Amino acid sequence: MSATSPFRRAGLVGPALLVVLILVGVPLSIMAWVSLLGRGATIGVDWQSAPSFANYTKLIWEEDFDGTLLFNPTYLSILWRSVWQAAATTVICVSLGLPVALWMSSLSRGARDIAVLLITIPFWTNLLVRNYAWLIILREDGAVSRAADAIWPFGPVQLLYNDAAILIGLVYSFLPFMILPIYAGFEKFDWRLLEAAYDLGANRRRALTRVIVPLAMPGMIAGSMLVFIPSLGSFVTAAILGGGKSMMLGNLIQLQFGQSRNWPFGAAISVVLLALMMLVLMGIAIWKNRQEPKR
Amino acid sequence: MNLRRLPFTREISLGVLVYLYVPVVVLIVYSFNANRTATVWTEASLDWYRKILTNPSIRNATWNSLVLATAAGIGSTLLALAAALGMRTRFRGAGLVEAVLNAPLILPEIVVAVATLMLFVAIGIDMGLIAMIPAHIAFCIPFAYLPIKARLEGMGPSLEEAAQDLYANRFVTFRRVTLPLLWPGIMAGFTLAFVTSLDDFLTSFFLSGPGSTTLPVYIFSAIRAGITPEINAISTIMLIVSVALVVTSFLLGKMRR
Repeated sequence: MSATSPFRRAGLVGPALLVVLILVGVPLSIMAWVSLLGRGATIGVDWQSAPSFANYTKLIWEEDFDGTLLFNPTYLSILWRSVWQAAATTVICVSLGLPVALWMSSLSRGARDIAVLLITIPFWTNLLVRNYAWLIILREDGAVSRAADAIWPFGPVQLLYNDAAILIGLVYSFLPFMILPIYAGFEKFDWRLLEAAYDLGANRRRALTRVIVPLAMPGMIAGSMLVFIPSLGSFVTAAILGGGKSMMLGNLIQLQFGQSRNWPFGAAISVVLLALMMLVLMGIAIWKNRQEPKR
Repeated sequence: MNLRRLPFTREISLGVLVYLYVPVVVLIVYSFNANRTATVWTEASLDWYRKILTNPSIRNATWNSLVLATAAGIGSTLLALAAALGMRTRFRGAGLVEAVLNAPLILPEIVVAVATLMLFVAIGIDMGLIAMIPAHIAFCIPFAYLPIKARLEGMGPSLEEAAQDLYANRFVTFRRVTLPLLWPGIMAGFTLAFVTSLDDFLTSFFLSGPGSTTLPVYIFSAIRAGITPEINAISTIMLIVSVALVVTSFLLGKMRR
């Protein structure tokens, strides 16, 4: 086909680009600005207030009555919980995703397509519904709780509304994001190389560390990104399975736009969340760049 | 011996499949339970399905969800189709343009949702479908774009070149050659965008106004009020609709390659 002229191309790509810029780019810029403003009396923002970093310092210090700053760990603990929950989710997803991807790649062609579909389907079903399903399973009067109570001799077991419940929900929500990229790496691989490794006297351990893990590395990194970032910014899981006590950053943001009606503070937390995300992406990019020349 | 099988990979995989599907199965089974308390199984019944069909707020929420998903699906697919056609030949900055188009995939949805809320409040747009439709179109674009782009890349230019050699003009080539070949990709993209919008909770949660509640927003507030068999029934319907649409999209993607 004849080459597309730049003018024509702009007409084709322009509208979609403009929609994303106006509805994603512009709002994020406004949010960065709002995070510097003060809270409004009736609606969320006082647009006339002088910009300051007060909303950011509020994350760490609390102003006492006489104006001295006191260390306030409330928000930092939520930030910390979000980071370690996301990290733990990623680690669990890697350790489950690698064997599953390996198993999938060992199946016959038709069985592989079915396995891919089976792993993909949960990803496309409603996130809310999937987390709600765990609420049914883990609730106090459910079968699992009763079984746990029967085994555990020290009083009733609380399965819901704690960090473990959130972790189960997060892994459940994002596991397909880990399995599929790792599997994509295995799918293209010439498995005769693994046979060669065995023929040359490698044992299973060596085959795993020298062939399979390096092969899965790009998929594991892509998968870690796809799991860590949405886990860090998740809202639904902690809202349903975490109860009021175990909050994550997403829930703290929602709280500022809901009951607390402190939009600028909510905006500041959102900016922090975005910054954390950027940090992770940059870390991965730098790590990748370092790896490239070696190959 | 299959060399790729390390010890326990099969067992772990089967365990993972059980983990992925058991909660969903439990949810579906309980939606057919006659018992109100939803903890003890008494007998099979369709009562809850009958109840939700006659519940006016669920009806209203379903209607809103369908209107929203249709508008977002069509809007984002048209934009994504044009963009994919424009991105066919490489050019400087193509990578950046693609990164912007796919940005909604990687940005935390809650952040984009509250940011959009602030934009709409700042420029005085009332919350409701008018606010939700454009926001949904924006985050559905990558879901529509990726399948269309994949199909375009798989097509290759030869048939279109042949058409032009046979004196078809640009318009005729597009209508008679490009569009029919691209059709499965367009439908797959539309389906994924439609499902994404239908299942979306966060953006709708922040941007819906009174009377424009969508089904996921309704389900969320119902869950907050307590577990009921009605929630199980609506959730089951939502699951079945999503799965049916995704399988359709998967089959469309495989069509006549």
